[in-house]
Amino acid sequence: MKYYAAKINENGNIAIDDTLLVKDFPATAGSRILEGFKPLFNAEAVTRLENAGYTLSGKTHVGEFGLDLVGEFSYYAEKQEKLRGAAAELVANGDVKAALGVDVNGATRRAAALSDICFLKPTYGTVSRYGVISTAASGEAVGAYAKNTDGIKEIMSVIAGYDEKDGTSLRDKQYEYKNDCEISGLCVAVIKELVEKADAKTKSEIAAAVDALKEKGVVVEEISCSLFDIANTAWEILMTAETCNNISRYDGVKFGHRAKEYKNIDELYVNSRTEGFNFLTKAVILYGSDVLSKNRYADCYDKSLRVRRVVADGLQNLFAEYSAIIAPVCSAAEFAAYEMKDAFDKVFAEGEFTAAANLVGIPALACGKVQLFGKQLDESILLSLAHAFEKEGE
Amino acid sequence: MKYELVIGLETHVELNTKSKIFCSCGGHGTGSEPNDCVCPACSGMPGMLPVMNKRVVELAVMAGLMLNCNINRYTTFDKKNYYYPDLPCAYQITQLNHPICTDGCVSLKTSEGTRDIRIKQIHMEEDAGKLVHGGKYSYVDFNRTSVPLIEIVTQPDFRSAEEVVAYLTKLRSMFISGGISECIEGAMRCDVNISVRPEGSAEFGVRSEIKNMSSFEAIDRAIRYEYQRHVNALEFETEELVQETRRFDEVSGKTFAMRNKETEADYRYFPDANLMPIIINDEWLEQIKAAKPDTVDEKAEQYRLAGISEKEIEMLMSNHNISRFLDETVALGCNLKDAAAWILTDCAGILRKDGKTFADLAIAPEKLAAIIKMVDEGKINRGVGKKILVAVVESDVDPVAYCKENGLDQKADTSTIEAVIDKVLAANAQAIEDYKNGKTKAKQALFGACMKELRGTADPALISELLENKLG
Repeated sequence: MKYYAAKINENGNIAIDDTLLVKDFPATAGSRILEGFKPLFNAEAVTRLENAGYTLSGKTHVGEFGLDLVGEFSYYAEKQEKLRGAAAELVANGDVKAALGVDVNGATRRAAALSDICFLKPTYGTVSRYGVISTAASGEAVGAYAKNTDGIKEIMSVIAGYDEKDGTSLRDKQYEYKNDCEISGLCVAVIKELVEKADAKTKSEIAAAVDALKEKGVVVEEISCSLFDIANTAWEILMTAETCNNISRYDGVKFGHRAKEYKNIDELYVNSRTEGFNFLTKAVILYGSDVLSKNRYADCYDKSLRVRRVVADGLQNLFAEYSAIIAPVCSAAEFAAYEMKDAFDKVFAEGEFTAAANLVGIPALACGKVQLFGKQLDESILLSLAHAFEKEGE
Repeated sequence: MKYELVIGLETHVELNTKSKIFCSCGGHGTGSEPNDCVCPACSGMPGMLPVMNKRVVELAVMAGLMLNCNINRYTTFDKKNYYYPDLPCAYQITQLNHPICTDGCVSLKTSEGTRDIRIKQIHMEEDAGKLVHGGKYSYVDFNRTSVPLIEIVTQPDFRSAEEVVAYLTKLRSMFISGGISECIEGAMRCDVNISVRPEGSAEFGVRSEIKNMSSFEAIDRAIRYEYQRHVNALEFETEELVQETRRFDEVSGKTFAMRNKETEADYRYFPDANLMPIIINDEWLEQIKAAKPDTVDEKAEQYRLAGISEKEIEMLMSNHNISRFLDETVALGCNLKDAAAWILTDCAGILRKDGKTFADLAIAPEKLAAIIKMVDEGKINRGVGKKILVAVVESDVDPVAYCKENGLDQKADTSTIEAVIDKVLAANAQAIEDYKNGKTKAKQALFGACMKELRGTADPALISELLENKLG
């Protein structure tokens, strides 16, 4: 498998997903529509890593705009038989120490699960989104891939923090990431409905994690919760709407791909975008345009904003009782190649495991096939819990 | 049948800020060449995020205060989606659901008396770029992209073109004098919503919207043309009126249909997740109120009370720079009426002589104040003051130093003056003879010669008195 969309440094120790910008290196987010585009500046997280002495190995392939399962539908990458995320595989192979990715719909977390490594989608606003090829601004988050919680802790400590260039960046926050907080006596909940939807291998990994936690004195309870289902629908609506809007700037006029054949401005738009986007992105555009249209706005978009509030409140109530929530990262331990026409439904089905974190901005840690959700800024609790059961620990 | 004209206005005003609304590129009119005032943010490149320019909020609030609006303490931004090459992100950031100001009112003086126009709302938004069509290609210029605008939306309260022009004139002078906008060419643009109904009818007629006009004269003509078109349609059934957007052609003086409302795009407005809601707390609002300059009405009243004539007030109000210059001079301790005279008579005269206007007046108020002070303290007379003012306006000299260096102080005492008079009289025997023969003009010539000799350093009244004594 070829991992890189663009190589930067043979000896680099950090890989960067192609949804983030590195100055002067092609940035396409896996889409033909951005073919040839070279950014004029670094993403803030990239700058912070470089300032801290890390070196970049290159830009890794991503599925077009990060909208697919794990990165299978890039315009530039070769077709895979068994699905893997490029950045996650580089980390798993030990080719790089860590990687950065943008979590908009769980693809990065799923990639970590399939490669048996970790990915942390941090609390919304902790890592600057400056330099992210943006799709769904209200829920996307820059996060880190690493082999274990030590690696996540190390990278997050470098990239997190207030950035005036991002108006949604949390102000006046100092972050300290730990994976050795006292966890004995903590109470965590396992979501029954989500575990039931997972395959046997995933279930057994969750069971092993639960056993390890119990051994460390953590109280584990199985609970029933419908919030993840409604969160998924609401996020599908908000995410597609925002994506449709944010990628409408790729129109063939200014940069990226422009169709060769057009007779007027409308044809320039239509032909460039028809050629530039893949089937999944087009489905997202259609879906997103529809939920924003005058006739549907109140019932779809506006209602989803209210569902976001309901889910946030519901989860906050849960976190009053539990320090973290455990669920599978995705339904299966393996995904085989499939047809792109099925992608929209497949991704939506997997969204039930991941979307809540994007919808309400809470942190979510994928550690192998096990996912931990926590309340805002509780990353250290999640890392400490995962540290108790991770394979690649000390 | 008699018909009534009903008009509502949407006015876009470019705000006078140093930088654009969401990035640090220079504000209105900064770019001199196409695209020399753009950055990745305002040209729609991926990865950039909008960051709110605080000054835009403050100017929008000031405009709201001037138009007697409610200032909404919670205000948010929305995205308006449409494709056009001059709109780099394919959406415009504007305000739909929570505009910054609502429910205001402006009083107008027209030939029919005073009229109140209700303001529905003021919202902040970004401007679009510009397309330049040339030959085979069209060119995109993003210099104007993301320049901050406020849009002021009125209720349908206008009943004549005269009222519309009076409103726009008032808005313009208010915004210029308040530092809200420079309102230079194209920086104030209007959409006119116009309908006509039988007088006394409570229902509105079919509405047409004339888009994007900036000259008041064109707006006036467009309204008059459109009124007649509607009346003809209603009275003589010349055409069937439909709700539509129209464009005014300045050459033919006619309006033409652009598109029907039925086929108008759905802009798919929705909240902008990149911009957090803006909360205007009491402290900030008080700061803005304190910084808000007096409105044109408030200032004119001040001038009136100081005894300045209506004509002079009009002159002062026509140019923000002069009224500001006057206010600054007064703030340095000068009398308002006196300072106004210096500016409107003396400065204006000097500028006019050089073929210049008030726009070219570049002197510091401190310098004018120094001259006025020297006159007030009797150090120099007004004539000398004016002489110094010429030097200040033309070569920006320091008035006090200039006065001293050129010996212009009225320092001459009686004996010095008498000595000069004696010298002049000795050299002008003929003039003395003429004077004694009843030619009063001869005295003027002698007086002038003394003044010239003394170079304005003496009090003219004293010279005149001493000369009279000598002549007997």
